[in-house]
Amino acid sequence: MSDFTNPVEPFLRTDRMPHIWCPGCGIGTTVNCFARALIESKIDLESLALVSGIGCTGRVAGYVKLDSFHTTHGRAIPFATGLKLANPKLNVVVYSGDGDLSAIGGNHLIHAARRNIDLKVICVNNLIYAMTGGQTAPTTPSHAITSTSPYGSCEPAFNLPHLVEAAGAVYVARWTTFHVRQLARSIAEAFNKKGFSFIEVISPCPTLFQRRNKLGDGLDTMKYYKEKSKVKHGAPTSEVGMTMTGEIIVGKFVDRDRPDYQTMARAQLAESLGDRFVEQAEMVCS
Amino acid sequence: MKADPRGVLTGVHFLDGDHACCEGALAAGARFAAGYPITPSTEVVERFAARVPTVGGTFIQMEDELAASITLQGAVWGGAKAFTVTSGPGFSLMMEHIGYAAMTETPCVFVDVQRGGPSTGLPTLPAQADMMQARWGSHGDYEIIALCPNSPQECFDLTIKAFNLAEEFRVPVMFMMDEVVGHMTEKVVIPPADQIEVVPRRHTRKPLGEYLPYQTNGDMVPEIAHAGEGYKFHITGLTHDERGYPNMTPQVQDKLVRRLQNKIRNAADRIALYEEENLQDAEVVVVSYGITSRVAQRAIEMARAKKLPVGKLRLITAWPFPETKIRELSAYVKAFVVPELNLGQMVHEVERAAAGKARTFAVPHAGGSVHHPEDILKAIVEASR
Repeated sequence: MSDFTNPVEPFLRTDRMPHIWCPGCGIGTTVNCFARALIESKIDLESLALVSGIGCTGRVAGYVKLDSFHTTHGRAIPFATGLKLANPKLNVVVYSGDGDLSAIGGNHLIHAARRNIDLKVICVNNLIYAMTGGQTAPTTPSHAITSTSPYGSCEPAFNLPHLVEAAGAVYVARWTTFHVRQLARSIAEAFNKKGFSFIEVISPCPTLFQRRNKLGDGLDTMKYYKEKSKVKHGAPTSEVGMTMTGEIIVGKFVDRDRPDYQTMARAQLAESLGDRFVEQAEMVCS
Repeated sequence: MKADPRGVLTGVHFLDGDHACCEGALAAGARFAAGYPITPSTEVVERFAARVPTVGGTFIQMEDELAASITLQGAVWGGAKAFTVTSGPGFSLMMEHIGYAAMTETPCVFVDVQRGGPSTGLPTLPAQADMMQARWGSHGDYEIIALCPNSPQECFDLTIKAFNLAEEFRVPVMFMMDEVVGHMTEKVVIPPADQIEVVPRRHTRKPLGEYLPYQTNGDMVPEIAHAGEGYKFHITGLTHDERGYPNMTPQVQDKLVRRLQNKIRNAADRIALYEEENLQDAEVVVVSYGITSRVAQRAIEMARAKKLPVGKLRLITAWPFPETKIRELSAYVKAFVVPELNLGQMVHEVERAAAGKARTFAVPHAGGSVHHPEDILKAIVEASR
């Protein structure tokens, strides 16, 4: 029997299957890549915590067999910030959607990047609010039909890699759910990075985005990702903005080093307080 | 368990209420605060930011109150005792996370140094107009505990109490100060650490694999685990079963929400704290809290000088409302007089508990200053007729 166990199964709460995601949805694919990255990086699962916000991707927290927190809409990053600061030994992953992270949670996204909090953020970008029925998001490409832009969206979309690079992230990559190996590798790479890492995963929502925009089903979207993606490591993030059906620039855009928040805080306090500075003890107050 | 001496500034001090609250938090074992500046509460976190690196802990100033109120909860699940501090406008922004703390049973403390509202209102002037918001501000059915100090000494003592209640019941505790109590400076005595009782976290002792995050064993409050200990637990703001797994059935909703409510309601008499004076021969009882209780004290003394049979009931616990006490009193007193720095909030609770057996006289005040004792006296005289 064990010969037939899927290698990612130990990372999942199999008692919660089947999951809620639609056929053709890319979120499950990203979870698979995440699990493979955990295997590859041999990370200690007991010190790994995962925090999600609200939305389809927000449900990831409920399916992984880790200390996992399904928080409020937009607030996964500040929750994760508290978790990381209270217990710096934890590896903290934020796993959420584009609407959650960049609209309602946009303020926290840029400030966590600015502070360089040591968090790994995986942002599954399906270009809409999917859980609530496919409404316009800050990431929706111009002219796209959504349930709240029935005549086409008139707003320009956020270019998330550009946003988080400008705010201070030390690692920024983008892949699509077609690029499963590259995505797993990027996640594993982010685990070796200290500081604010951001990985955007472009993912289909066949039920609500592709269907309304007559872009086919999940498989058609894979073909689109395959044909229109161009790997450009180190591409200037100002040039990686997306359009409805145009080229998708993918790759590792940013990989730089600067001290993370806790390193900076400790240095500042030690310098100013000298002998009076007391290192934060383990906070477990049981 | 006794307080960790590193956080206890034992001695006799001259402190304002905000600073005393900070010292109470440190004495209670709080080693994490997330905040966002707002008058008249900022001094609490200013002092914490200066003090906590010298006792081993963290303060972070977040980008807004939405962030502060959930960052502290992340810290709690990371093992810390944590709190945040705000005033009306920030308190409004924190409501969603008070609900999250209630739903996930995250022990934590929200300090609200009340100022005049609504909206930006009176940033530097007092009110007590967030009392109902503290109880009902987040959506859905839930219970919290709220305490009301009336002096810097109580800001110290009751902050410790607030943390202790948060741990005992795994509930967010609202610490309802007001601008005057926050900014008045008085003598504050901080006892030695071995005289300060601190309630430890209800941490599970179950072996890995046997722990269920929301399983209760008779006493209605589940045991907690922290991230990184190997339990691999799941926490959600969705309606959840004992495993912490989402479950959207009316049965699970009923069981969960009733337990969240009853773990506090059933203990209401035990949680209730109040100060009473001259109640045995009273015909009229002045019910007050926070700074208003100190103005009421003067009015009561004036009334008693006029031989009016007036007693005093000062609420220290506002929520759960000590309705048993009001019910007992209403069996023999004629009336309650309820002055507060709002246009009528806790008076409704007094009226409800009195259930028509004693009359209720509100002494409303829109905030911006405290009452004049004469106004309370007038109400006492009227109530005595």
